Amino acid sequence: MPIEFMYDKNGLTAAISGEIDHHAAAEMRIMTDGELERAMPRTLTFDMRGVTFMDSSGVGLILGRARTMKRWGGRIRITAPSGRVEKMLKLSGLAPLIVKSGKEGEKNA
Amino acid sequence: MRNINNYMKITLAGYSRNESLARMCAAAFAAQLDPTVEEINDIKAAVSEAVTNCIVHGYRDTIGDIDMTLRIIDDDTVYIKIADKGVGIEDVERAMQPMFTTCPDEERAGLGFAVMESFTDSLRVHSRVGRGTTVTMLKRVQRRG
Ligand SMILES: Nc1ncnc2c1ncn2[C@@H]1O[C@H](COP(=O)(O)OP(=O)(O)OP(=O)(O)O)[C@@H](O)[C@H]1O
Ligand SMILES: [Mg+2]
Repeated sequence: MPIEFMYDKNGLTAAISGEIDHHAAAEMRIMTDGELERAMPRTLTFDMRGVTFMDSSGVGLILGRARTMKRWGGRIRITAPSGRVEKMLKLSGLAPLIVKSGKEGEKNA
Repeated sequence: MRNINNYMKITLAGYSRNESLARMCAAAFAAQLDPTVEEINDIKAAVSEAVTNCIVHGYRDTIGDIDMTLRIIDDDTVYIKIADKGVGIEDVERAMQPMFTTCPDEERAGLGFAVMESFTDSLRVHSRVGRGTTVTMLKRVQRRG
């Protein structure tokens, strides 16, 4: 499974593993939107520690989910990006969504 | 070791599952210059963007051929040419601006060209409406040891 979903007091965490390109993003989008529509969480956290490659299609995936979450006033966070993924997030202006450590993440929740 | 004039040409069918195959081929070819992991990842990202554009935009409603040429030049540079015979781009300058996309509703960020530009040393785009688009990139690899 390219995405595992987990709930805790911070809302929904989507742990992505493998490569996020245009091909892989299609299934990830369907899986995540299914989970979001069902649960309508206040916060969606993308856990990126298992991501081995990401291009602009990954940015599109995150932007699209941010749009979905907006419908009920929810928000998006990103944790544990590799240096490479962080580079891509910076290029796209999504870097402010990164929460650094688990602790800090809880504080901000 | 001299790599003068070494090259590889491949034609991929424009299926999205071939995006990862294109990245792997480019990375494997570039490996002969002994690049850093970071440089390999730059090449993978740039190739991924160019090939995805052929599939998503060039061949919007069809499946067509994507030609990828990889070449070693000047003994330390990878030349990458990726071409489609798809719809072409009307205004290349506008298309290359960061955040510009013709498909916002398909969750495209408009960042492909910006990625190619920032992860390589040179990017050139040639396109003709109805004829297709060719992207040429150069990536210099640091000499090590
Ligand atoms: N091979 C191509 N054939 C036809 N049009 C293209 C091609 N490559 C790019 N374009 C046009 O240029 C625009 C910008 O491309 P770019 O890769 O920067 O962004 P995008 O593909 O729209 O979004 P992203 O790459 O972030 O998913 C595209 O929206 C498309 O209109
Ligand atoms: Mg693109």
